[in-house]
Amino acid sequence: MAARFDLLVIGGSAGSLSVVMKIIPLLKPSLNLATVIVFHRKQSDDSALIEVLAGRTDCRVKEADDKDDLLPAHIYVAPADYHVLIEKNKTITLDFSEKINYSRPSIDLSFDSAAEVYGPRLACLLLSGANADGVDGLLSAKRQGAFIMVQNPSTAEVPYMPQQAVEKVSCDLLIDPDNLKEFLAAILE
Amino acid sequence: MFVEGVSLSDENVELILRDLIDLYGYDFTNYSRASIKRRILRLMSNDRFLSFAEFRYRLKNDPEYFKRFVEQITVNVTEMFRDVQFYKTLREVVLPVLATKPIIRIWHAGCSTGEEVYSMAILLAETNLLDKSLLYATDINPAVLEKVRAGIFPLAQMKQYSENYIASGGKKDFSSYYTAQYNAAKFDETLGKKIVLATHNLVSDGSFNEFQLILCRNVMIYFDKPLQDRALRLFYESLEMLGYLALGSKETLKFTDISAMFRQVENREKIWKKVM
Repeated sequence: MAARFDLLVIGGSAGSLSVVMKIIPLLKPSLNLATVIVFHRKQSDDSALIEVLAGRTDCRVKEADDKDDLLPAHIYVAPADYHVLIEKNKTITLDFSEKINYSRPSIDLSFDSAAEVYGPRLACLLLSGANADGVDGLLSAKRQGAFIMVQNPSTAEVPYMPQQAVEKVSCDLLIDPDNLKEFLAAILE
Repeated sequence: MFVEGVSLSDENVELILRDLIDLYGYDFTNYSRASIKRRILRLMSNDRFLSFAEFRYRLKNDPEYFKRFVEQITVNVTEMFRDVQFYKTLREVVLPVLATKPIIRIWHAGCSTGEEVYSMAILLAETNLLDKSLLYATDINPAVLEKVRAGIFPLAQMKQYSENYIASGGKKDFSSYYTAQYNAAKFDETLGKKIVLATHNLVSDGSFNEFQLILCRNVMIYFDKPLQDRALRLFYESLEMLGYLALGSKETLKFTDISAMFRQVENREKIWKKVM
């Protein structure tokens, strides 16, 4: 059964990898959903991360390359040290401009540029983390009709980032990594 | 977009890009739209324009502001010895081949503020090749070329650059290459003396010499496919047979028109040799 969205963008920082590991097994290829994951991370662990994620899902997992088409049943991981922007023709642009909120990749930028293209066909999910990245992007995505999900701060290893989001954005769903039924229902409904 | 207080439609962006062609002869229409739109918004916000109409009027009628536009719209983020494996490969694989040439011509296309040019000059100095080398540093943005000429970079970056330098195989004390002045590091003038500066636009300008090595890193990610192909064709035409082309860590010749004419270096770093 296909999802009611075409694109899911997940943003996470400290403490988010374990949550992503629980989510991606649910992203079956039959959902017909493209996924972009934006992690704050160090440069060294690129290929190991891709392998770890690929072992958890039937979707194709790859590091996002410049000009990649956003295809269903594919999971694109932002490369360390590049912003990921989405173009009108549903391709990826990598961008090496200034850090935003001390972050490159910036979760804000990916949420925001994805919302410009996908509007209500976009779902955003912001996870555990220690900085304020993601909140402005969620606000902008919300204005453009995207579906907004945030990890319940009480379940987050590092609650600061989702807490900021919950305080400033009217979220459509709070998710609990140990009970992802509602998350899946929201994607499908 | 989430820039506070200003809004910009896709049609607005097209109007601006059209104005720039008509009035100033600069064509940004083959730049990635998502990037350029974001940078125009950022500029409108930083310069506190209250409306798109006001911004467009200023840009059309004030050539000085157009200069600022070019400076701000192009991305000028660069580092010394960024991607240590890349520099290690230049040092260990590429430079020994170039060393056999009577004169070495290197082109840094889209050099920005010159951190990579000075990194290359250091590599050449350490392999005793600098004296017979010329480093052509070009950029669309004249303002950054002044910075290359000065050879002055923020002192706060030096710790990171020194670590990069050591990790890429550098053996000296990195601080021996510059003098610290307040918040700035002024690089040794012997490094700058072989650098030739010129404005060059990869959209419209042609080849101007023949090179043994061309570096164009994190520039073409801002171009659409047709402009990437144009730039790559230009690089192909500007390289000597068996010359090298070096790209950024997320750029590739794969799936491009010229890929058949190049062979990638064995360790898979983003360096290709022209073989046809």
